[in-house]
Amino acid sequence: MEIRKMSEFIWEIPKHGNMRVPAVLYASAKLLESVKRDMTLEQAKNVACLPGIQRMSYVMPDAHQGYGFPIGGVAAFDLEEGIISPGGVGYDINCGVRLLRTDFTEEDITAKRKELLAEIFKEVPAGVGKGGITKLSRDVLMDILTRGAEWAVENGYGSREDLLMTEEGGRMKDADPRFVSHRALERGIPQLGTLGAGNHFLEIQKVSDIYDPVVARAFGIDAVGQILVMIHCGSRGLGHQVASDYIEKMENAFGTKGLPDRELIYAPIRSSLGEQYYQSMCAAVNYAFANRQMIAHWVRNVFAKVTGSSRGMRQVYDVCHNVAKLETHPIDGQMRQVCIHRKGATRSFGPGHPEIPEIYRAYGQPVIIPGSMGTASYILVGTEEAEALSFSSTAHGAGRVMSRHEALRRFRGEQIRDELQKKGIELQSTSWKGVAEEAAAAYKDVDEVVRVSHEVGIGRLVARVVPVGVMKG
Amino acid sequence: MEFQAADDRNHPILLTPGKMNGNFRYLDHTADAKFQAFGRTLEEAFSNAALATASLMWDVESVEKRTQRKVQVRGRDLEQLLLHFLEEVIYAFETESFHLAAVEGTKIEEDEDGAYRLEAFFLGDDRPSGYPLHGEVKAITYNEMKIQRNDPITVQVVVDI
Repeated sequence: MEIRKMSEFIWEIPKHGNMRVPAVLYASAKLLESVKRDMTLEQAKNVACLPGIQRMSYVMPDAHQGYGFPIGGVAAFDLEEGIISPGGVGYDINCGVRLLRTDFTEEDITAKRKELLAEIFKEVPAGVGKGGITKLSRDVLMDILTRGAEWAVENGYGSREDLLMTEEGGRMKDADPRFVSHRALERGIPQLGTLGAGNHFLEIQKVSDIYDPVVARAFGIDAVGQILVMIHCGSRGLGHQVASDYIEKMENAFGTKGLPDRELIYAPIRSSLGEQYYQSMCAAVNYAFANRQMIAHWVRNVFAKVTGSSRGMRQVYDVCHNVAKLETHPIDGQMRQVCIHRKGATRSFGPGHPEIPEIYRAYGQPVIIPGSMGTASYILVGTEEAEALSFSSTAHGAGRVMSRHEALRRFRGEQIRDELQKKGIELQSTSWKGVAEEAAAAYKDVDEVVRVSHEVGIGRLVARVVPVGVMKG
Repeated sequence: MEFQAADDRNHPILLTPGKMNGNFRYLDHTADAKFQAFGRTLEEAFSNAALATASLMWDVESVEKRTQRKVQVRGRDLEQLLLHFLEEVIYAFETESFHLAAVEGTKIEEDEDGAYRLEAFFLGDDRPSGYPLHGEVKAITYNEMKIQRNDPITVQVVVDI
C-alpha cells in the first residue's frame, strides 16, 4: 500500500481500488512504524470504501487495529447515501473521560492519599461482576437510557452544572430504549455505577505542567500541583450488547458477502435498522453518561468525608470517545449534517462553536486524553483547524502496542505497584494480573500522541497531569 | 448432517503438544485476547472455547460445580453458532454472577434449513463473590474467527476485552 508523506506528521493513502476517498493518518514517523505493524491502515482503507463517506477516512495518532474500523478512526457519512456502522463506534459505546478539578494542592492530600483511594475503592464498585450499588427496576433503567446524566442529577447524583460541562449535556435526545434488547437491559441492570475492568480507571492526579495558562485557567486549572480527578469508563455490558445485537441484525438483513471484515457490517443511515441502531446507541451513550455522573458524585462524597470538604470540585468536562453523532460540518463549501463516527477519537470543537459550554466558548472545547495506567494524561483544547483536518477530532489515549498476553509474560502486578509507589503513586486494584496487563510499557507513548495532535493542530496542549493515586477496575 | 456427540468427560485430555493451558492456548493480539481451542469433535472444541473465554475472567479450575445451566443457542452458520455460544458465558456471568467451571453434554446439530443448533450444560457457581476476577470480556467478535475441521478440530476466536 502506498503511503505518501504530506508533511512531517501527515501521511496519505491515495485513493485506489474501491476507495471513494483517500485515507489520512496523523502520526510521527515513530507512531507510523507501530501503526504499520497491524491492520490499522488496511482498515482505514476499508472505511474509505463505504457508501457516502465524506472528504477522507481519518486516522488519529494513537490508532491501532480494531474490528471493522480501526481504533482511532474518524469518518463522516452523508445522511442520504451514507451508512451507520456499529463497528465504527466500537463495543464500548460512549467509553469516555470525565475530569473534575479541585481546590486542593498536592500538599493538602499527600497524607490522606491512601485513605482517599481506599474510600473511593469502597464507594465506587470496581472490577467486573461486583455489581452496582443501586438495584434498578426495568422502568428506571428505561428512564436512564432516555435521559442519561439528567436522570442521575434529578436523583441526587451531582448538580445541574455538571450537565452543562458534559458533551451533549449528558443526554443524547435521539435515544429510544425500545430498540434496546432485553438481553442488553439485563446486562445493564447490575452494572450501573461501576467502572469495569481492562483499561478503565479512576485517578487522583496532580497538574505537572501548564502549557497554556490562559486556557488552563478558563478550564479551572490554575497551578502546578493542583489536584484533579479523572474517571475513564463506558456503558458496560449494556453497550457491548447493543453493539453485538446490531452487528447481528445488520448481518441478517444485509449479509456479509463482499465485506472484507465481518464487523465492517453497516446499514444505510436512513433505513429503519440504521435508525434503530442509532437510537439504541444513543441510549447506551446515555447509560454511560449516567454511569460517570454517579461515580463522580461518589468521588466528591469521599473527598468531603476524608478531607472535610469537596469545595471547588467542579467538573471541567466529560467527553465521549466511542460514538456516532449527527453533526453539521462545512463540506464542499456548504454546511451539511453528516453522521460522524468517532471510534477511539475525541471531539475537538474550536473556539466559538455553539456546542461548547459558554464559559469555554472563547477558547475551544476541553479535550481529555487519558494516558495508560500510572502514566501522564493530558488536557488539550479543540481548534478551528481541526474542522478541516479531521471533522473536529483528535486522539483519545495512548493506544496499545503490546498484547495483554505479552504484558503478562513480562510484568508482575505487584512489581508494578512497587515501582509506582516509589514514584509516589498509590495503586488499588482487584487484580494483580489486570495491573500487569495494563503496564505502561504495553502502550504507545502518550506524550508522542499529544505532541502530534498539537503539531498538526487537531488539538492543542493545555496541561499535563500525573497520577498520585490510581484505582484500576 | 449430525455431528458426533462429545464424550462425557470431565477432564479433557491434552490434544495438541506445545505451550497450552489445558485444551486451549492464548495467542498474541495487540489490543484484545485471541485464543485457539481444540477438540476431537466440534463439540469438544466449542466447549474448550467456552472455558478459554471464562479463563480470561477467573480461574476456571477453582470454581465449584454447584449449579447447572442449560444453554441453547442457534446460528446461521458455525461461526455465528460459536459466537452465540461464547456470549452465553458472558451473559450468565454478568446477569447472574454465574462462574463457569465446566461444560458438559454439548451437542451440535444442523437444521433442515442449514442453520445450526447447540445444546450444552454449564456447570459452575453463581455465588456473586469468592472468585477473584482478573479481567473482563466485553464481547465475542468475528475478527480472525476460524473453525478448522482438521485433526484436532481447532477454533480460533478474538474477544474484545
